Amino acid sequence: MSKLLPVPSRGMIPERDIESPPVLEAIHLGVDFGGLVAVDDFHLLIGRTEISGLIGPNGAGKTTVFNLLTKVYQPTRGTILLGDKDTAGMNTSQVCRAGIARTFQNIRLFKDMTVAENVMVGLHHDIKYHIPGAIFRVPGYWRQEKAARGKAKDMLSIFNMQDMGDIKAGGLPYGAQRRLEIVRALATDPSILLLDEPAAGMNPSETAELMENITKIRDVYQIAIMLIEHDMKLVMGICEGIAVLNYGKIIAKGTPAEIMSNPVVVEAYLGKKEA
Amino acid sequence: MKQTTNKMPMWLRYVINIIVFFVLFGGSTGLVNSSIISTYYTRIIVLCGINMILALSLNIATGYLGQLPLGHAGFMALGAYASAIFMRSVTVSPSAIFPLGILIGGVTAAFVGFLIGIPALRLKGDYLAIITLGFGEIIRVVLLNIDSVLGFKFTYGAASLKNIPKTTNFFNTFLCVAITCFVIHTIMKSRHGRATLAIRDNEIAAEACGINTTYYKTFGFTLSAFFAGVAGALYAGYIGVLSPSAFGFMKSIEILVMVVLGGMGSMIGSIISATALTALPEMLRAFSQYRMIAYSLLLVIVMIFKPTGLMGNYDFSLSSLIGKIGGKSKPKSKTKTKPEKDGETNE
Amino acid sequence: MSVFSTIFTQLMNGLQTGSVYALVALGYSMVYGIILLLNFAHGDIIMVGAYTAWLFMVNFGQSPWVAVIAAIAACTVLGVVIEKVAYTPLRKAPRLSLLITAIGISFLLENLAQLIFGAGARPVPTIIDVAPVTIGSVSISGTAIVTIIVSVVSMILLNLLIKKSKMGKAMRAVSEDTGAAQLMGISLNKTITFTFAVGSALAGIGSVLYCAAYPQASPTMGAMLGLKAFVAAVLGGIGSIPGAMIGGFAIGLAEAGASALGLSVWKDAVVFAILIVVLVVKPTGLLGRNLQEKV
Repeated sequence: MSKLLPVPSRGMIPERDIESPPVLEAIHLGVDFGGLVAVDDFHLLIGRTEISGLIGPNGAGKTTVFNLLTKVYQPTRGTILLGDKDTAGMNTSQVCRAGIARTFQNIRLFKDMTVAENVMVGLHHDIKYHIPGAIFRVPGYWRQEKAARGKAKDMLSIFNMQDMGDIKAGGLPYGAQRRLEIVRALATDPSILLLDEPAAGMNPSETAELMENITKIRDVYQIAIMLIEHDMKLVMGICEGIAVLNYGKIIAKGTPAEIMSNPVVVEAYLGKKEA
Repeated sequence: MKQTTNKMPMWLRYVINIIVFFVLFGGSTGLVNSSIISTYYTRIIVLCGINMILALSLNIATGYLGQLPLGHAGFMALGAYASAIFMRSVTVSPSAIFPLGILIGGVTAAFVGFLIGIPALRLKGDYLAIITLGFGEIIRVVLLNIDSVLGFKFTYGAASLKNIPKTTNFFNTFLCVAITCFVIHTIMKSRHGRATLAIRDNEIAAEACGINTTYYKTFGFTLSAFFAGVAGALYAGYIGVLSPSAFGFMKSIEILVMVVLGGMGSMIGSIISATALTALPEMLRAFSQYRMIAYSLLLVIVMIFKPTGLMGNYDFSLSSLIGKIGGKSKPKSKTKTKPEKDGETNE
Repeated sequence: MSVFSTIFTQLMNGLQTGSVYALVALGYSMVYGIILLLNFAHGDIIMVGAYTAWLFMVNFGQSPWVAVIAAIAACTVLGVVIEKVAYTPLRKAPRLSLLITAIGISFLLENLAQLIFGAGARPVPTIIDVAPVTIGSVSISGTAIVTIIVSVVSMILLNLLIKKSKMGKAMRAVSEDTGAAQLMGISLNKTITFTFAVGSALAGIGSVLYCAAYPQASPTMGAMLGLKAFVAAVLGGIGSIPGAMIGGFAIGLAEAGASALGLSVWKDAVVFAILIVVLVVKPTGLLGRNLQEKV
């Protein structure tokens, strides 16, 4: 790991991932909007099966980092390596196919489509038949559609939503919409999943369930998960590594314990202590 | 649909639809041939069919892709002229060669649609509407003046392209409508259709799901142009004389009105409103002074009281209708089926 | 006629039609800025203005002054009535429904005019009777001079209205952020009505100036004029008032330029080609605001 300034740390990668190459590596990533530096010198390694957290005060640039990683915004500076692939020049859909999936802070479901269809959009590249195949309804069409429908149902069962397949996504309750968005992202077969405030608007019991499920997803699919979250109980409870962002810069990296006792972090959240 | 009381096997749905298709086709062809339906009404029905294809094709771009092109008449014009020029050059049996003429019309429009789509689809919302309006008008002006540039007779400009073989009849219009419905339906009920609808619902999310949005937008736009070209080719063979002024901005608007009035994203809506808006002015011929006023008033009133169009985005499913009637659930009050309707399956 | 005088004449022609386009484009732009509606009925308001002028001068035998005032008044009232009857009920509806309604109103006005006045064109008597001005070898028609002066003065007044008056401030506030403007106690209904009134009055002035240049009134005269003015508004950046002015003059000059090069049959295509190029290079028009979706 490179130098971690201003706070030294042993890094974020958990012990079990040390041997395998990192899934994602952001190198001196930065973006300017007009003259404003929104994110600068964002430097991070994420382990193969790590659950990591990106925290920081409102307006620190956390969602902007996700937007950079998924190329919703093109970075002004820096490199994003996904495994050994450089994502320079890729657009959002190519980055997704390369292995970064995400959810959105303000839920973005396909509201007029059913729950199952939402997941099946995520499975788009898992299904292979071409347009003529669809028009002439070749046997492959039927087989693959059926398989995709089954797979969508299986994936929905992670959140116990397998019986909601035929409901319009827009008609789901709020918490279920957030969960569906996670399943849809998971359906794109990512190597890293970015969750933007997955627990926003959830009650404590829902949050507790979500924490379990995030860990379960990581264990079952063996992928890395990075999340932005304001609920410190969730972050400290499941994250193995945490990066703290303030004014577009990483001010601290480390394990939950290290972050909690870090004076720089406390200052960023609560302000400087009067002398 | 939420209530999955009847799970009709897929093959049965297809069999039902195929049977309905042949019954309607055979029945109506018989009626036309035996002159039970007069030539006058046959002509109106054919015109309805052409407008159905136009509305269905625009519905791909507006209803499914969520864009608002205002130059659809331009694609229709391209199809009409390409097919007409080809058909005029044919010396033997024009009716036998007409399918090729229709295809040429469709492909020409699709090709230009593809070329226009690349720059146009970079824009969104109102700006896409405006740029397609611009392209539509340019196509019209080019058709009007191309002869003076090329120096030989090609489109005959304002003097009109005359003596086009009148090959459009009930038979081939019916087939084209059925094929259009079938192709649009099968594409929309596939992974490609889902991708298209996903872009309409939320473009950023679709992209984040790995959907190549540029590809699907261009594809949808091209497909939309293709069927507009097919409709144009049928129109050329129906009317026999083409003049660029028939394909102005107002024609584009007329098609758009059919789609919006029927309900965007609803094929049955497009079909019903295309029929109504074609047949109504014909029926109101006796009050010809007032019919356009009635037409425009109707438009405003429907929009004020039912902004989502008559059918919303409801789509008709013949097999689920039969299933409902057969089952215990309450049958739909409207059991009328459109003659040109190749029933929709609805999973 | 020297080359210079040909160029100068075409330049004046361009500025003359351009100033009419600009006046009409302002109406499109203001309405779009405030309720995001492409008001397709705006072009037909001009047609109503032209018929009003014709009616007052020919049928009622009034002086041009009375006709001009009547035309402007008729346009203003019509614009407000359309807004109240057709657009207000749809304020919460999908934008496409609003657009279709505008198209419906446009159809309705055209067909009503056709029913009442017949399909043929009605010749409008001379409205502006000013002697041409001759500078050296070049002669400029009085109509052109009056048209340009009147439109420039109207635009300056409009700018003052929007910058200085309370209602102008309200208009700017509503177009910036409708919700916040309402929270500040601005009446949305009043502001929108006022915008339509001002836009339609400008269209009324435009209709009189247009009739001075092309002295006839016909049911469909507004369609193409409206479309061109609309292109002008988009070119300048729809929603932007200086943009509409620049766009109007640019379209007028481009048309005159095409005619001067002997391409008058292509001038519509030239106008739309310019539009396409501008939109592809700078999608929001020359002075338009750039709105990016927040992710």
